[in-house]
Formats: sequence, structure tokens, C-alpha cells
Amino acid sequence: MSAAEPPAPSPAPSSAGPRHGRRLFVIWLVLSLAACLLIWFVWKPHLPPGTMSDAARHQQFDIAVLAVSAAPVVIFVLLYFVYAIVVWRARPGDDSDGEPTYGNTKIQATWIVGTTIIVLWLFVFGTVELVVPAGAGAGQGPAPIWKLDGATSSTWTPNTNTMLEVQVIGQQWTWTYRYPQFGGMESSELLLPVNTPVEFHVTSLDVIHSFWAYQLGVKADANPQVDNVAYVTAKALGSVTVRCNELCGIWHGAMYNYGHVVPPTEFQSWARGVQAKEQANGILAALPPYALTYDPTVIPQMGKNLIKIDGITGAAGYYYPPSDPVTP
Amino acid sequence: MSVTARAVSLLAAFLVVAGLATFVAIYFIGGASAMPTVHYAASGGQVNVVLQEDPQNDSSSKPDWVSYYVQDPASQNWVHTTLFSVPAGTRVNVTLYGYDGCTPLRNNYFSQVQGTIGNTVTYSQFDQHGKEYVTDKTTQVINAWSDCNVGHTFAIPGLGLYVPVASPNAELSANNLCSESPCTTSGNPYAKETFSFISPAHAGVFRWQCLVPCGGGFIDGNSGPMQTLGYMMGEMDVVSS
Repeated sequence: MSAAEPPAPSPAPSSAGPRHGRRLFVIWLVLSLAACLLIWFVWKPHLPPGTMSDAARHQQFDIAVLAVSAAPVVIFVLLYFVYAIVVWRARPGDDSDGEPTYGNTKIQATWIVGTTIIVLWLFVFGTVELVVPAGAGAGQGPAPIWKLDGATSSTWTPNTNTMLEVQVIGQQWTWTYRYPQFGGMESSELLLPVNTPVEFHVTSLDVIHSFWAYQLGVKADANPQVDNVAYVTAKALGSVTVRCNELCGIWHGAMYNYGHVVPPTEFQSWARGVQAKEQANGILAALPPYALTYDPTVIPQMGKNLIKIDGITGAAGYYYPPSDPVTP
Repeated sequence: MSVTARAVSLLAAFLVVAGLATFVAIYFIGGASAMPTVHYAASGGQVNVVLQEDPQNDSSSKPDWVSYYVQDPASQNWVHTTLFSVPAGTRVNVTLYGYDGCTPLRNNYFSQVQGTIGNTVTYSQFDQHGKEYVTDKTTQVINAWSDCNVGHTFAIPGLGLYVPVASPNAELSANNLCSESPCTTSGNPYAKETFSFISPAHAGVFRWQCLVPCGGGFIDGNSGPMQTLGYMMGEMDVVSS
């Protein structure tokens, strides 16, 4: 063929050729169905954070639904990628260009409608899953929008729908828990009754921490002078790992302890026992009055003889100040 | 730039970064491991650990930081470290000398003794002349807010052990604190506190710390000695007995 000769016209698509669209769709449908079934029936039961509480169960459900929603999309992208490489690859000796395309209304419409459906579905699903489990175990600040059903009372009795209030107090590098319905007693151990609505009031004494009761699916920031409310209902007995989930200093990784979900009567017995012990040894009277934030500066209000000593190094008998530091 | 030159440049950059990372790791990790560990061996099923906390220390880098010392059981010398080891499943008798002045606890809940045998401590307080003005007081609470008598805490959160450490009183804290470390009982006001607990049955490393917070010179007392191994943060290594 000489250089002056015009190029040969491209052959017209053969009506006997493979119907790539249908073939891709069938393969995609089979793979997607298999992946979704595997995710739902094999993977989901093992997804974190488990099913120990309503919030945790919803979170596990959410992760599974999102995985099922994402799997067909991921499979389509990868399938198209592999199919193009295998089927539409250049054959030996074929140096021709691909056929030019100038738009395809059907493909564009499919793309726009498909992505719109996916985004709207995620928006509606995410909103419902935030509202229905009363904030999904997350901290909602001092004025929660989505509250858990439960009666509020200054006392708590087992096997009723009375909300148990628990103040979670973080400080470098440990957690303590205060129970206002039991005289404001405080404990370094978290105990919760099963099948009981719980209202956490999360705060901090120093820097920003984050209360993460992993198996319960509860996570709420602990900010000084802030009452951050989160809700949960534990549905199973067992142990709970409590970790700090906000980098709070060099020993952040060591800031964890364990909680336990126990039968309501056992919880009441424990709480009353701690309250009685702290009344007897005097620590209950030595704590500040229960408040939604834990403010140590209330000491003067308690009439305590806190002495500030001038002229010595260190804290001088009082708190180390919040002013700009002068490192020794 | 040729491909060879680019490859050489890339390799050189990689070696520089890797070298820096290695240096940092060795400098810090190696430096931490250079801190001595005081080993306590059991005798008659018990082990006696002796500590003191001072308003300052004898280091050259941070001499103004409040600090713990650990007494070597063989030489009776005070070692500037916060690492010590005890046998597993053993009664640990702790004697703690508090030389630093008083500071109110941020959370007065930790005025309560927890995790010791009987949930109590026994303490005495002495002035700089050696006069004992509180004698062998056994208590479940040393209220850090009602009087000026708690300096720091000794806490092993992993064991549920929380102990307020008594201090010299307000007047003594103001005027006569020990000024040279390691402190001695002669000529200095101090508190002597004893308590016991059972070490875990299995080997492991347990972090201990002060919960005051007590980082003088840092915002709200956080950071500094409060978080630094060798000062107010330490580790108890429980070894198989």
C-alpha cells in the first residue's frame, strides 16, 4: 500500500458479534449477587462492634448495608476493567485506532440516574440510622436531639424503664464513672445493667479525651467543662472495653479499662454497696456536688480549707495554673 | 537528568530518611531502655518496695522536675528511676516517703485508697526536726481538699491500685521542703506511708503514674514530669516467680 492511498474504511460492526453489554450485565449480576450474599450471611455476623447493644447492632447493620451497597459498584468497575483488557485488547498486528465515540445518551442517562439513586439511598439510609437508634451511640452535645425512651428519675430501680445516668470522667490517663442516682458515688469501674436505657454524660478534667465503649458502640468526646450526652441500651451480659479515642498525650494508648454489663439486680446491689462504702469512708462527702460538668474549682464552695501557699515552687498548695507555661 | 542520576538521587534520599529514622529510634528508645530497673526479690512470700517522691531531682537536664526515686534493696542507695520489678503472685509491701509539698487532687475521688490490702494505707508525718506530728494513722481516705496533706498519688490503673501519697503539712510545705535530692529523713519534713497489695499472678508490665497532675511549669500541670518515665511515670515489671 502506498502512502498516497486513502485508508481503508473501518468494517461495519458485525451483527453476529458478541453483545458485550448483555454479557457484562450477566457476569456483573452473578458476581454481585454472590458478593452480597457472602457479605450478608458470612461476613456480617463478624463485623464490629458486634451486637451487645442497640447502638452496636445498628452499627453492624449499617456497615453490612453499606458493604452490600458498595459491592456491586466495585464489582462493576473491576469487571469492566478486566473485560476491556481481555476482550478489547489490541491483537498482534492490529495497529488501528479504536472507533471514535461522540456521546451516548443511554450511557449518560444510566450514569446520572444510577449515581443519583445511590446518593439518595445513602442519604436516606444514613439519616434514618442516625435517628432511629437515638443518635447511634454518638455524643450529641449537652442538648441531645434524639433521646432514648426512658423515664427520668432521681432514683433508679431495676426492671423498670427508668434511665440510668452515668457520668463519664476522663483525665490523663484513666476513666472514672459517677452515678448521680446513687448519691453521686464514683467508681473506677464501669458497671451497667442489661436491658436498661443508659444516659452517659461524658466530660473531662483536663484535656480532650474520647469515651469509646467499643462493644456497646458508644463513642463520645470528653471535653473539659462540656456535658456530652450519649445513649445506649445494653442487650447482652458481658465485658466492655473502654478506650480513649482521642490522642490525649503520650500515654493515650494506655488509657483504657473495662466495664461489665450485669443483671439489673446485681447492678443495684453493686451500686448500693459502693455508695455505702463511700459514705462510710467519707469520700462521698469529699467529692464536689454532682454537676453535669466536673469542676474542681468548686472546692471553695464546699467550705474546704484549701490553702494556697506562696513562695514555694511547684503547685504551691493549689492547682498548677492554666497560664502560659514557663518550663523549668 | 538521566535515569541513572535520578535512581541514585532517589536511593540517596531514601538512605538519608532511613538513617534519620534509625537514629531517632535508637536515640529515644535506646535512651529509655538505658534507665535502670531496680529488681526486688521475694523473701518469705513477700517483697518490700521502697520509694520516695521529691520536689526536685539530681538530673542535669530537668533538675526542677518533681520526681520519684526507687531504693536498691541490695545497696540501699536511691536510684533515679521509675522502673522496678517484682515477682508475680507475691505480696508487695510498699514504703513511700513523701518529701514534696501538698497539691489538691484534680479529682478528689483519688483521695480514696483503692486496691491495697484492706483498701487502707498507714502514714506518719514528720517535721524537719524529726518530730512526728501524725503517727501511724491507718485510713481509707487522705482528703486532699480538706487539708494540705496530699502531695501526689501512686496509681497503677491496670491493677485498680490508687493510693494518695501524704505530704508535709501546709506550713512545712511552705518553708522547709527538702531541696536536695535524693532527700533524706534528716533535716527535712516528710510523710512516711506504707501499704500492701498482691502482684498479678502472671508476668507483665504495668504502668504507674501520678494523677494530681503535677507538671509544674506546664499548662494546668499536664505534661512534663507527669508523663515522663524516670520522673512521675513508671512501670512495674511483674516477673514469673
